[in-house]
Amino acid sequence: MNDLIKNIFRLFIFIVVQVYVLDKLPPLHRFVIPYIYFLFILWLPFSLSRFGLLLIAFVTGLILDYFKQTPGLHAAACVLIAYARPFIISVLTPKDSTEFNYREPSPRAMGWAPYSVYVLILTLLHHTYLTLLEWLQFGTFLDFIIKVLSTTAISLLLIFTVELLFPRKLKFRTNTA
Amino acid sequence: MGVASEMTGTMNTQVDKLDDYFHQGEENKRVHKMNDSLLNLLKINFSIPDSGQRVVLDSAMIDSVKQFRKYIWRDAKVVYNTINSEKNYLQLNRGAKYGISDNMAVLNSDGAVVGQVVNVSPNFSEVMSLLHVQSSVSAALKKTGDAGKLEWDGKDPRFVQLKGISKSVEVKVGDTVVTSRYSYNFPPDKFIGRIAGVSSDPATGFYLLKVKTAVNFGSIQQVFVVENLQREEQEQLEKDTEKKVEQQKKGK
Repeated sequence: MNDLIKNIFRLFIFIVVQVYVLDKLPPLHRFVIPYIYFLFILWLPFSLSRFGLLLIAFVTGLILDYFKQTPGLHAAACVLIAYARPFIISVLTPKDSTEFNYREPSPRAMGWAPYSVYVLILTLLHHTYLTLLEWLQFGTFLDFIIKVLSTTAISLLLIFTVELLFPRKLKFRTNTA
Repeated sequence: MGVASEMTGTMNTQVDKLDDYFHQGEENKRVHKMNDSLLNLLKINFSIPDSGQRVVLDSAMIDSVKQFRKYIWRDAKVVYNTINSEKNYLQLNRGAKYGISDNMAVLNSDGAVVGQVVNVSPNFSEVMSLLHVQSSVSAALKKTGDAGKLEWDGKDPRFVQLKGISKSVEVKVGDTVVTSRYSYNFPPDKFIGRIAGVSSDPATGFYLLKVKTAVNFGSIQQVFVVENLQREEQEQLEKDTEKKVEQQKKGK
């Protein structure tokens, strides 16, 4: 399948799951809010330029904002992780490019350990920023810390569940693509 | 955000249609109960004893029945609703085209308070529910009539907080909380909830009352949007009064 079509399809699925499943769950606890839609940004192909990444992340965040009536909140967090993504990938992936020729980040492409670190850092970043923006208007500092940690924990749980349930097919970067 | 709710609204409506199939049984029972309570009010259920009838000359020369309509109720359907955020909104399937505008009150189908309209687009409207940390509704104790402010602390979606009731008032767990007569948005004496906990606010010396909401915010389906037809006049009067008093001060 074409990368573009595949990613549009993916965005649709992630938004629908986030808006109509995770946000409609009976509240587990006020600190535990399940988020998974940003995994879409984590899964984008390596080949995208930084500008493209930022633009796609902004649109992703904005779509969710439109559903949740929070203009700019998720868009801001998404753009932040899209900006940080290339740095983290370049640190975590092997420098030797012959060994490294997958299209997009996945446990198989990067190895479980580096991939986990990649997911952990970006998830933490996303939630810290998101919660920070909310917290500036409302709540105490302890609330802020606990909320970031617990929300990150539930997101990681969801992300690894998704990785184990839906292993993506290996896609090699070829000369023709 | 008006354009945004148009876009999300169409999608939410479709998902809501699907969701409706899972609640039809409950909804049917609720409507039947409501019908029952209304049928019981019909005139035909009451007979008048003979001595009750006598001819009286109506001394009012004008038709005093139709004069003051203060509230108009409009029906609407909730198409999207969350309760797990600190700022919860509901989306309704009626908008400006149906006559809905900002600041109208939203009550559930049993007449209990849900929230107030904060934004409208042509076909949809956004409602700030009671479960919103910025929401503030004028509420009163039904028993004594003392008014306070109803707010939410963002913690438990089953409970909201009633502040500003003086400690001289006797309050018990289980007392009914209704909308106050001073609100511009809400019709008076609409059920909000019952008091579930009494404590005092150390900062102000007033009560801090925990109120269990009458509405189950997780499962709102049908609502009424209530418009106060005299709202503009009331607000205008308030503004004008302030202006007048200011001018008098300057004149002295």
